[in-house]
Amino acid sequence: MTTSQTAPPAPARTGSAGRGGPAPSRGPRPEHTLWPWLFVAPLVAGIAVFYLWPIVQTAGYSFTETGPFGGSTFAGVDNYVALFQDPELYLSLGNTLLYTVIVLLGIPIAVGLASLLNLPGLRFAAVYRVLFFLPYVAMPTAVAMVWRVIFNGDFGILNRALAVVGIEGPYWISTPGAATAAVAVVGLWSSLGFSMIVLAAGLKSIPPELYEAAELDGATRWRQFRAITVPLLTPSIFFVLIITVIASFQVFDLLYAILGSSNPVLPRSMSLVYFFYREGFVANDKGYAAAIAMVIFLLIGLLTALQFRLQRRWVHSD
Amino acid sequence: MTPTRRTSPLRRTALAASAVVLTSALAACGGGSGSPDADAAEYAAPDADLAASITYGVWDQNQVPAIEENIAAFNEVYPDIDVTVNVTPFAEYWTKLQTQASSETLPDLFWMNGPNIGLYASNGMLEPITGAVEAGDIDPANYPQALVDLYTIDGVSYGVPKDFDTIGIWVNTALVEQAGVELPEDGWTWDEFQETAVEISEALADDGVYGAAGGMDGQTTYYNTIFQAGGTVVDDGASGYATPEAQAGLQFWTDLIASGGSPSIQQLTDTTADQWFTSGKLAMYWGGSWFRSALTDSDLAEDVTVLPLPSGEEQATVIHGVANVVSATSTEKQAAQALQVFLAGQEAQQQQGDSGAVIPAFEGTQSSFTASMPDADLQVFLDAVEYSRPLPVSLNSAEWNALETELLPQAFSGERPVADVATDLAEQMDAALAEE
Repeated sequence: MTTSQTAPPAPARTGSAGRGGPAPSRGPRPEHTLWPWLFVAPLVAGIAVFYLWPIVQTAGYSFTETGPFGGSTFAGVDNYVALFQDPELYLSLGNTLLYTVIVLLGIPIAVGLASLLNLPGLRFAAVYRVLFFLPYVAMPTAVAMVWRVIFNGDFGILNRALAVVGIEGPYWISTPGAATAAVAVVGLWSSLGFSMIVLAAGLKSIPPELYEAAELDGATRWRQFRAITVPLLTPSIFFVLIITVIASFQVFDLLYAILGSSNPVLPRSMSLVYFFYREGFVANDKGYAAAIAMVIFLLIGLLTALQFRLQRRWVHSD
Repeated sequence: MTPTRRTSPLRRTALAASAVVLTSALAACGGGSGSPDADAAEYAAPDADLAASITYGVWDQNQVPAIEENIAAFNEVYPDIDVTVNVTPFAEYWTKLQTQASSETLPDLFWMNGPNIGLYASNGMLEPITGAVEAGDIDPANYPQALVDLYTIDGVSYGVPKDFDTIGIWVNTALVEQAGVELPEDGWTWDEFQETAVEISEALADDGVYGAAGGMDGQTTYYNTIFQAGGTVVDDGASGYATPEAQAGLQFWTDLIASGGSPSIQQLTDTTADQWFTSGKLAMYWGGSWFRSALTDSDLAEDVTVLPLPSGEEQATVIHGVANVVSATSTEKQAAQALQVFLAGQEAQQQQGDSGAVIPAFEGTQSSFTASMPDADLQVFLDAVEYSRPLPVSLNSAEWNALETELLPQAFSGERPVADVATDLAEQMDAALAEE
């Protein structure tokens, strides 16, 4: 990940990277303009070859009828016309939205947990941090296998626990609706670690003097949390929100691995990317799949743009 | 995107990161075009000093030791052909193969199965074996006829089976004894099977044990009963589900579940039939001969025996087997064909059989499989070849397999009448078949 500001190596200037300091006034002397590009060239080349070019190709394929092994014929907007009339698009979009909403509930939880972990004088904070982060680095398939067992209707620990309090749990992964929710809960759980790390970093950058001042003024912990922590954390929350929405819209592996490919409710619980996979690699309709991929791409782009627009209303800048 | 002058570093990172993550959504969907030319089958057994380096694509790690023995024996004949074995787990094997085929980078020799042979053969991805057959290096008569047919598309043969599997009933004799039920000496009818299943379920209800189990895997369950009822799944490019025979084959499982002889489809989705069996909660499991390797070193192995499937209108079992096929775009075709021929031969298949992982397809090399579990009467699987029917496939089987998974549960659960569901399925399946 790079940021766009690669300062030219001007010898006269040293370390002007202080937070909130004025942006260095760039005197773009002709002999220096090439340098920044040289530095980012490897990365740009990689992105161009492995991301941008495939996007262009995919966009191209989405206007063709392409069989399992290539061999495209131009089909105009046929794929898109068929796609927007396909009830499965709206079904998978609905499931993806449900998944995303549930996973987003993890953000307030992560804010709460990150602030608890940041409490001064907390013992074993590092241990907790590792424990929360582990699910994020664990292999999704391994995570899915474990949760499959937990959700098992007859023998799973979840339903056994519910039975103790007199609730008869459903067959989580083979009941429509419950299946999507069950997968989303796992998605929430495995994303907590990443969100917390980002938020913890945000917390560390909040000047401690603010809390000291608040304490002197007699503010309670809860008041400090609401009036100092949350507002000053909004840039981090915004970042986590963007990443979570994008990742949620691309959910595939968890769904596929937890539900299993021969699960009767999978067709009713599929996500957008699963829909793409099924059309592209099971039904071998690569052109149609490319159209689905373009729709996912544009949807995510749109949602992200919308969030950047709305952030001005709630993200606290400096 | 946002024309703000002052953006916090974090927000800038968010922007950059979202651009990167966003684009990766599309990176999965690239690919090449152009189909390889399917020129006439050329074949000549190479000289012993042919030097080449070829790849061999397979999906089963369990069989790698036997494959390595095969290759060692192969290298005694062709010491300068270097074979690299690429193992890709089954779940990713076909997705990977498809991308390799599109970019003309298929392994020189690789495993093929029934549901996929039509797709690859009809798109000119495979080299026929006609040359080797004409030269007398491969004799199709040595292999089960149903499987030779499976790998013959439009009259052209692309491979011979390296192994085969049929379906039988794996029985947990300890549970049957505990339930106090008698098993048939030789053969049984549908009704007898259903009654036995219900009796066991009722006798051992307190232990949560079921007599038998259905499931969503056609090959081990409903395809067999459809054939036994005299029906077909796919015949001459049309779905067989609209026929009363096929529906009788489906009804078998609906009845079994309704009578309590089997767990429900939901239960079987959470815990598959083989898991019920290996956990000692299922007395009779309809399973393939490949299930034998799952029993190796298990506590259950001592109490297991095998019975033939019950007969309906006729006796039938599904047969399937993997074949070695040569890529049409291989640059080392001669070496790849030499290995294909060698692996089809008696010596290599005997080595496969001795490993116990699979039933080799070459006639007369199967005895070591039955000997690998002498008390379990594995002979049932070999006897079944006689009345076996090839796994139903078409040019793009995966598409209607997905329809089966989607629709049939409604029939098995009793949610809708079997005939209605089967008629719907036939209609949608015919539409999919028409597009092939």
